Amino acid sequence: MKEIKLSNMSNEQNEHNSCCAGSDPVSLVNLPMAQAEPDDAPCCGAPAGPPSSPFERPGYTLCHFVDSFVETASGAVPRISFCLGLADYMGAVRARLGISRDQYKVSPGLYSVGTAGENSPVLVTANYKLSFDHLRRQLAEVDAWILVLDTRGINVWCAAGKKTFSTAEIIRQVKLVGLERIVKHREIILPQLGAPGLTASQVKKGCGFKVIWGPIRAEDIKDFLENNCKATGEMRQLTFTLAERIVLVPVEISLILKPSLWVLLAIFILSGIGPEFSVSTAFCRWIGLSTAYIFGVLGGAVAVPILLPWLPGRAFYLKGILTGVFFGMASVGILRAEFAGLEAISMMLISVAVSSYAAMNFTGATPYASPSGVEKEMRVGIPVQAIAVLLTFILWIGGPFYGV
Amino acid sequence: MKKFRYLKDVVTLKLDKDLCMGCGVCSEVCPHQVFSVDNQKASIIDLDGCMECGACASNCPVGAIEVNPGVGCASYIIQTWIKGKDAKIECC
Repeated sequence: MKEIKLSNMSNEQNEHNSCCAGSDPVSLVNLPMAQAEPDDAPCCGAPAGPPSSPFERPGYTLCHFVDSFVETASGAVPRISFCLGLADYMGAVRARLGISRDQYKVSPGLYSVGTAGENSPVLVTANYKLSFDHLRRQLAEVDAWILVLDTRGINVWCAAGKKTFSTAEIIRQVKLVGLERIVKHREIILPQLGAPGLTASQVKKGCGFKVIWGPIRAEDIKDFLENNCKATGEMRQLTFTLAERIVLVPVEISLILKPSLWVLLAIFILSGIGPEFSVSTAFCRWIGLSTAYIFGVLGGAVAVPILLPWLPGRAFYLKGILTGVFFGMASVGILRAEFAGLEAISMMLISVAVSSYAAMNFTGATPYASPSGVEKEMRVGIPVQAIAVLLTFILWIGGPFYGV
Repeated sequence: MKKFRYLKDVVTLKLDKDLCMGCGVCSEVCPHQVFSVDNQKASIIDLDGCMECGACASNCPVGAIEVNPGVGCASYIIQTWIKGKDAKIECC
């Protein structure tokens, strides 16, 4: 038993009613932790905090969006809030920036909102937290059950494509949560964009619940429910508004960030190749081509998504070429004092090539480009971009040798 | 989505009208109003509007619809060109 030296503590502290140490070392063995009372002498300078929530369980963290728990025939089900708070908005911002968005999940299983009962509808969604929050914020004054599938943290549409928002997963979750003991009816409402991942008739066969196709957008769920689960044509039509396009831009940038660092490194090395090598020359030249490259990224990953419906040409690589020309001219214009002739042409070429490639990559984020169409335009787009890049490097390296 | 039109005559969507029994599920799940159902039969009214998501084919109770669904993202397709269609592809 280690004796605690109290000699370096002041006399004042020794006499103070402290819970940290007794004057007799032996008394530490059986020192019970006293319940914190309002008029207890403060420990560490502040009153004791509130007691733990009665809903806490060892080994589990209580989510901030859980208000309480509802007892059902299949056990306790969390009742969640339909209000989003700062933590949720910050999480959404991080997800949209592509920061750890594959870890942005909620636990799969059954939740409830409002005062859900045996006749309340069951709304199914994915366990990507952005999907979950997107749904629950529309459910003020709604009494419903929310069945969250394990889509590995992926949103409904992509999960349907990857077959994790699937027939098998729905059947599994319905059985796992004991849904048949919780609701009297035998219907589950699925988001329409989950349809590519499953076969409704197989779901019914597998778990006894009939699939009702809900609207595409969560905003329409309340009207849908009030309309006896009948969707209007508008509820079943996809949109791609300016706001919906802009919100996709940060992730496009984050995905191109790492490859861009490699490209910028390659440009630096290439910029050093010339009649006379010096680091300062390499750096000065590097400024030119890397600026043009970055402008190209802006042209393809920012301008094309924003200006999408107004850019002529159906193929995305063509739209990217168009914006690439403008952004390339801008980069040449800004740096016209340092770069002209062959080097300026080289800068134009890389802007156009990168813009075209980034725009072509945006097809995967659109709700209307067919994979067959993307593959078709790539068969022309990729060679065009590759040739442009090759010419870029030939002209960039050759430029100094020819004194232009 | 009227402002957004993609390439023409490329989609792999096919409807077998003989098998079709006019249940209307295809037009219900399609996010682009590609189908219309009249007189107990579905028909494709906007083939170029199709994005090959496969919702219709997955849910047609009689298997009257065929489509090649896929991932419509350029970097994914490049990887299938290099590694083959069945390889494990890293994407978002």
